[in-house]
Amino acid sequence: MTPLSQLLPGQFGKLASLNPERGVDQRLMALGLLPGMVLKLIRKAPLGDPLAIEFCGQVVSLRLAEAENLIVDVSADCPIQRPRQP
Amino acid sequence: MSSPDAGLLVALVGNPNTGKSTLFNALTGLRQRVGNYPGVTVSRKSGTCDLGDGQKVELVDLPGLYSLAAASPDEQVVIDALSGNIAGDRRPDAVVMVVDATNLLRNLFLASQVAELGLPLVLVLNQADVAKEQGLRIDTELLSRRLGGVPVILTSAWKGEGIPEVRRGLAEALSRRTPMKRVVWPTDIAGALADVAQAASTDTGKAISAADAQRLLFDTNASTAERLGWTLERREKPVRSARERVRNSGYNPMAAEPLVHYAQLRVALDGVVAEGLGKAGRTAAVDRLLLHRVLGPVLFLGIMLGFFASVFWLAKFPMDWIQLGVDWTKGVVAPPLEPYPMLQSLVADGILGGVGAFLVFLPQILILFLFIGILEDSGYMARAAFIMDRLFSWCGLNGKSFVPMLSGFACAIPSLLSTRTIEDPKARLATAFVVPFMSCSARFPIYALMCAAFIGPLYGPGWESLVMVGMHCVGLVFAVPTAFVLTRLVLKVKPQPFVLELPRYQMPKPRDVVWRMWQNAAEFVSKAGTVIFAITIIVWALSYFPRDASVAERIRAEHPTESAEKVKARVQAAYVEQSYMGRFGKAIQPAFDPLGFDWKITVGVLASFPAREVIVSTLGVTYSVGEGAEADSQDLRKAMQDAKWTEGPRTGSPIFSLAAVLALMVFFALCSQCGPTIATLAQETGGWKWAAGSFVYMTTLAWIVSMAVYQFVIRLT
Ligand SMILES: Nc1nc2c(ncn2[C@@H]2O[C@H](COP(=O)(O)OP(=O)(O)O)[C@@H](O)[C@H]2O)c(=O)[nH]1
Ligand SMILES: [Mg+2]
Repeated sequence: MTPLSQLLPGQFGKLASLNPERGVDQRLMALGLLPGMVLKLIRKAPLGDPLAIEFCGQVVSLRLAEAENLIVDVSADCPIQRPRQP
Repeated sequence: MSSPDAGLLVALVGNPNTGKSTLFNALTGLRQRVGNYPGVTVSRKSGTCDLGDGQKVELVDLPGLYSLAAASPDEQVVIDALSGNIAGDRRPDAVVMVVDATNLLRNLFLASQVAELGLPLVLVLNQADVAKEQGLRIDTELLSRRLGGVPVILTSAWKGEGIPEVRRGLAEALSRRTPMKRVVWPTDIAGALADVAQAASTDTGKAISAADAQRLLFDTNASTAERLGWTLERREKPVRSARERVRNSGYNPMAAEPLVHYAQLRVALDGVVAEGLGKAGRTAAVDRLLLHRVLGPVLFLGIMLGFFASVFWLAKFPMDWIQLGVDWTKGVVAPPLEPYPMLQSLVADGILGGVGAFLVFLPQILILFLFIGILEDSGYMARAAFIMDRLFSWCGLNGKSFVPMLSGFACAIPSLLSTRTIEDPKARLATAFVVPFMSCSARFPIYALMCAAFIGPLYGPGWESLVMVGMHCVGLVFAVPTAFVLTRLVLKVKPQPFVLELPRYQMPKPRDVVWRMWQNAAEFVSKAGTVIFAITIIVWALSYFPRDASVAERIRAEHPTESAEKVKARVQAAYVEQSYMGRFGKAIQPAFDPLGFDWKITVGVLASFPAREVIVSTLGVTYSVGEGAEADSQDLRKAMQDAKWTEGPRTGSPIFSLAAVLALMVFFALCSQCGPTIATLAQETGGWKWAAGSFVYMTTLAWIVSMAVYQFVIRLT
């Protein structure tokens, strides 16, 4: 179990938990990022923050501080469900 | 707001960037009206749409959103509009739901929420061209059946494909009134919704719709409860126990809505989309380059510098032509009016001056809108925000503040309009507040005049350029702490998380970009144009009256030997001196004395409040070199270099000392001297409160900083 903010660029993870009380997580859920969903950290911005993640065939940017509460499971066999590149 | 012949109102709803506006344009053609929703700065675009069978409906283009759990003002407008809670607006009779055909699942979440409103609905799967390119085949009939028989239409709005089908589908939806299939709530959630609806209905005496009950149960924000007049103390207990019921059934109440919707949408979409062989998009590859750790920022700087340099370079020519055109018109209309000096001055200085001051900036404004449109439509705007966010987030702004602030160096007005792309209301307001600090091109003439007349001759061209550059940074230096204080201490608005979709890259369509540029410019001209025109006429009148003939006679008698031209300039200066503006300037000169401004400069400062570039020509008049003086005028430079204090403790010393020169430039760098900016700020922030605040703040700050500069430098030199 790792916070999303600690993923390396290119690494996949399966969302284990988020905090639905927070505004950021509510936004992400509306975009389809729900527990069990596979995501990929694509890259960090040149200054290290924010991050770009990919899930459900879309690329979304969010800030490092806001990615800390998103817990992902990196050991799950993720790449099989790899989302299609937009 | 309603159009008389239509009767029926149809709303366009969808995620941002799905092509709503493009479809709106395709459906309505040029028959559009742009207005504002009452109380908020969200524009309401509506037009008449022909359904093909002679029937006409009114179509409104609503802002894009991802979920009905409203967080921002734009999103609230959509919800209010869909539930008929906007004063003066009807509840729509049907919804055209625009979704991105390449990402059905995510897009259908909103559709599925909208379905809860029970309105007849047409589902438009737009960007079919991209879907096809990616090898996606969508079974629209199957999808239609799965969604309860609503018309499902595949379109490519920008190619104009599928538009007649949308018209037909809409006619069908309006006659058959088929709503989209609604989500099936698990028993306990359905029970909790019923509980909330029951409690709210008992307390408020209103009928509570299913959609409202969902907002009351699922949302953290209270906008729905407030709208229904359900007070906190009355709703607290029932809402808490209803949420408890949801929690006990195994769902987090704050996550239940997307979980249930998405689960059922996955089922509904099963087998609808067949993935064939297609071209992988180039977006990922382009991003590897444009968002590269090292190359990304380099290319970013290159793009922005290119963007900015071309705004100036491209705008220069039409600006010169406009100036020539205005001068030429003056030359044509002024001489025949010679017998009526007041009318002549009103036309030449007041009306033409006002129109000219306003028109010269139009090319810059148009080109800025054009570039902003290209950045947005290509998809690079979101990347720019991604790259810059870190630099802006610490002072409460976000990456999307960058382009408005950069554009502010050309002109504040288009920049203010472009702050609309910032979703977070707090960052949007703070950005709009600091944009007028950016050194716009109207500040250039006074810097140029001062540097060429004083800094250059005294300290050499090196210092001259350095001061020029420095002056362009003064505003920025004060803008950053202003934003910091504003977002931390003053603005009590809850900040929005910075969650930004990075859309796929796309070649901008010239027609769309030009059309949007045109719409923005037209809005600017109609709104700001009238304001600046009115203010210019008022300032003209203040500096023209009173006009006693004896003044001219006295001057002519005092200087019998001078050339006619010289005398004319002196007469003009004398008139300004005893005009209301001149008297006022003299009266309040003591307020500007600590800044080292004499009454002539003070009059110039006052006359520049509607438009700061007026300072140069006003100094031309007050320093008796005649109007039409420009920054490179030798006469004006000489007159200013020779100007000495004639009274007070500084008698005999030059007025334009280094201290006064720097103080004057700093004053113009910081002061709020632009009528259209104030008007646009009021429009974009939804009231005069922020515009007035900006005016008072900038003007006070300018006075204080400029005074400090003067007092400091005068002691050094
Ligand atoms: N490829 C493609 N692009 C489209 C289509 N419709 C709109 N676009 C583009 O998608 C972007 C967003 O369109 P817009 O109408 O502004 O979307 P809105 O945010 O939903 O109003 C623009 O760059 C459009 O040119 C389409 O059918 N196909
Ligand atoms: Mg739009």
